[in-house]
Amino acid sequence: MTRFQFPKSIASRPVYGRLTARPGSAHLMVADAEGAEALLDLAAAAPGLMERAHVIYLPKTTGATYARRLETLSPAQLYIGPSYPAAEPRLRKALSDAHMGLQVYLAGTEGLMGQAMREAIEAGIPAGAIQTEHRGSVARRMQCVHCKGITEDVTTDPFVCAHCGLNLFVRDHYSRRMAAFQGVCIDAEDPGDVPPSKELYS
Amino acid sequence: MTIQFKDETFHDDYTFRNSPWAIQRFPFPFHEDSYMYSVNLEPHLSLRPGSVFEKTFDVDEHYISEMKDRARVLANDPLRCQSLPHMTLAGWDLVELIMEAKARDYPDLFELHRDGDHWHWINKPLGIEQRFTFLDDSTLPCGPMEYITRQAQGDFALLDQREENLWMDAGMVTTQADWSLDFDIGMNFYEWHAPVPLAHEMGVFQRALKFLLNLQQGAPYRRLNWTMTVNPLLDTSPENYHKWGVQKTELTPENVGQKQYLRVELQSFFRLPRSNALVFPIRCYLIRLEDVVSVPKWGRRLHRVLRDLPVELATYKGFIRNRPMIVDFLSAYDDGAPTSPGIFPD
Amino acid sequence: MSAGTRKIDVTVTDVVEVNELVKRFRFERSDGGEMPTFSGGAHTVVEMRDGDVTRLNPYSLMSDPRDRRAFTISVRRDEAGRGGSLYMHRQVRIGDRMVLSYPVNLFALDLRAKKHLMIAGGIGITPFLAQIKQLSATGGRFELHYSVRTAALGSYAGELAGRFPANVHVYHDDQSQVIDLARLLDGQPLGTHLYVCGPKGMIDWVIRTATDHGWPAEAVHYEEFLAPQSGKPFEVTLASTGRVITVGEHQSMLEALEAAGVDAPYLCRGGACGQCETDVVRHEGHFIHRDHWLTDDQKTCGKKIMPCVSRFEGKSLVIDR
Ligand code: HEM
Ligand code: FES
Repeated sequence: MTRFQFPKSIASRPVYGRLTARPGSAHLMVADAEGAEALLDLAAAAPGLMERAHVIYLPKTTGATYARRLETLSPAQLYIGPSYPAAEPRLRKALSDAHMGLQVYLAGTEGLMGQAMREAIEAGIPAGAIQTEHRGSVARRMQCVHCKGITEDVTTDPFVCAHCGLNLFVRDHYSRRMAAFQGVCIDAEDPGDVPPSKELYS
Repeated sequence: MTIQFKDETFHDDYTFRNSPWAIQRFPFPFHEDSYMYSVNLEPHLSLRPGSVFEKTFDVDEHYISEMKDRARVLANDPLRCQSLPHMTLAGWDLVELIMEAKARDYPDLFELHRDGDHWHWINKPLGIEQRFTFLDDSTLPCGPMEYITRQAQGDFALLDQREENLWMDAGMVTTQADWSLDFDIGMNFYEWHAPVPLAHEMGVFQRALKFLLNLQQGAPYRRLNWTMTVNPLLDTSPENYHKWGVQKTELTPENVGQKQYLRVELQSFFRLPRSNALVFPIRCYLIRLEDVVSVPKWGRRLHRVLRDLPVELATYKGFIRNRPMIVDFLSAYDDGAPTSPGIFPD
Repeated sequence: MSAGTRKIDVTVTDVVEVNELVKRFRFERSDGGEMPTFSGGAHTVVEMRDGDVTRLNPYSLMSDPRDRRAFTISVRRDEAGRGGSLYMHRQVRIGDRMVLSYPVNLFALDLRAKKHLMIAGGIGITPFLAQIKQLSATGGRFELHYSVRTAALGSYAGELAGRFPANVHVYHDDQSQVIDLARLLDGQPLGTHLYVCGPKGMIDWVIRTATDHGWPAEAVHYEEFLAPQSGKPFEVTLASTGRVITVGEHQSMLEALEAAGVDAPYLCRGGACGQCETDVVRHEGHFIHRDHWLTDDQKTCGKKIMPCVSRFEGKSLVIDR
């Protein structure tokens, strides 16, 4: 089971849906790890879609599990890459070449979807027109509001900022432009009094 | 009267003080003895000569020092002023709005001379004289929004209107009650208000947004908002919270009257003509509890409001830990007598 | 709509017959001052005093938003309409004094757009005239596709095509020229915004085609027509005294109460703040709720009214004042 039911939260926290095929002149899909399952489901529900799809996939720790299966879908273009930063130039090129009518499908972790969405918005697609489906890890991309550094794949609350070392608590307040949640110093009012870290959603 | 500008600080040694004039014109935010969120919007019309509601943009004795504090904060963190590329036109609209209002309302302090697009601006208190071409970015030392908001008290947010929503796409934010422009820029009305408790469920934001979407040129509105701050610290930013948060622990029953401040925001809303954007000026006024209770009606009322405030609000506003001490201090100034309606002193 | 719309006293300084169907009017402030600036796509509401009747009609501003001397509008004669356009065509002369509202924009450009694609039909060209002036002054990228019945009825088509030959494309119905919309939509760069103004059929066609071609709704803009802000006169009875007050055609119920000396609360006068909420004691007839305050349930149950914006039609209305 790679689907997670996020608890109801505040208005800035993204909510994710289910990918469905939409009419459009071209289709761009970006996924990481278990996000591939959402693409496989999408392909199964929409025959013919993959023939017009450009798939950017980052297997992360899933190795060949999904990569193989994505290949058998024979998308028009398939890129399998080691990391999001490695894939980003390609994503940007695909967006800058695209025309109105392009449909964007994002699947996988919040960090991946958030960053790819930021690029798509920057290229001129309204946020509301970009589809997302969460699968896999619930790790979060966090911005430290104090030093502005981003800590990737945060799974505990509180956590230590990878840049300035402050103990930060995990807020649900989310910035689309940062593609990150906000982390705020937890012991500002009682220096040194840091509660033990807990797994997110535990 | 001519304003006697003060030389004072809003950090470290905190030399900020209100004169008796500033105390009696303070925008006390409670019109009754209790407080809850509401869509408290009213036309931004001139009210009561001498009050902070008289002019479009109030200028007071703290003007020069607040502008110095803004320059200091920006030097430390330039991200407090940001404008997404499509908001430059709104920035020019703001230049026009502020310059015209200041020159009209304070002709002895500010002058604006216009010859078509050739403008000549004189700001006497800050010693600034600038000739520039309206709508030509290259003729100002920085972007238009930054240029004019370095010369205007209070924070400013510029809101783009589209998709039946408002988007905070530019701002100058150095005197904020603990929110980050750098983080919130690009968000819509519901998103940047997301952390506020109760108000969403009450429908406050839904109604307020609908109203603002219909706000018309030449018909500005205003509202008051408030919170509590220890020391007259203008820059209570999340960015620096790890530095100033600890000040909340420095309150004692002896110093609470001097160190604890009521912080009031006079917020206004203007439709901007060329960009169809809105500008949201957020002007912050600070007053210590000792000065609040010098007005008997305010002392009584603040005691009752803070004592009965829902715990969600006291937590959100960041003074839950000090509430007992604050209420205790104020209780000495509440004899239980009835208070008159409205915000002004009797 | 009219949360404090301000009015401008103007004088008609020019009336030009653009063609058989369309006249252009120029208004300057009667006091010699400057007109407000506005954003491309804005309209003004023109008040017309036609004998006993006052009409309030919105017209798109077509002049250069930066020109502070005057507003100009173009009015197409509509024989079947409520009569406003006929009044403009037949009665309004140079030198007449009129009243305009401040500009309001319900058809604004999305200034983030990488390109603005405009589709106009007939008199629907007018908001684009102002938008094009705005964009050409700021270096914005635009393309206009303008469909007209005949060359003679193509208001401003010649000037536009002459001034922006690379950006403006005119299509003549009588020569069976039609916009190849499907091709046009598919070829636009990402970040293009689409705007349409014209007959309802054209708007529907453009929206439908754009949806079919995968355009996000957020990138498709069309001019919505304003509902009239006035209404039929009606009477309201105060429960406390039994007094009957008449609300005039162009008066809000709040204004009528105030004119009659009733101390009625208000804050926003725009249907949002809830201050003027008034209990209805009895009524026979139906409400025209225009506020954003009452919930849909409250609106249907007939026990509340917001007199700053809402109205009533029917036999009798008694309120708790
Ligand atoms: C359109 C301009 C406005 C802007 C830019 C704005 C911005 C903000 C921001 C940034 C916050 C802090 C949220 C946080 O905790 O991160 C806030 C709080 C709040 N806003 Fe607004 N706001 C606007 C209009 C309004 C209006 C019209 C209302 C009307 C009711 C309103 C009601 C509130 C309330 C009740 C709070 C909580 C304040 C507190 O308890 O201290 N805002 N606003
Ligand atoms: S006065 Fe605000 S809703 Fe009527």
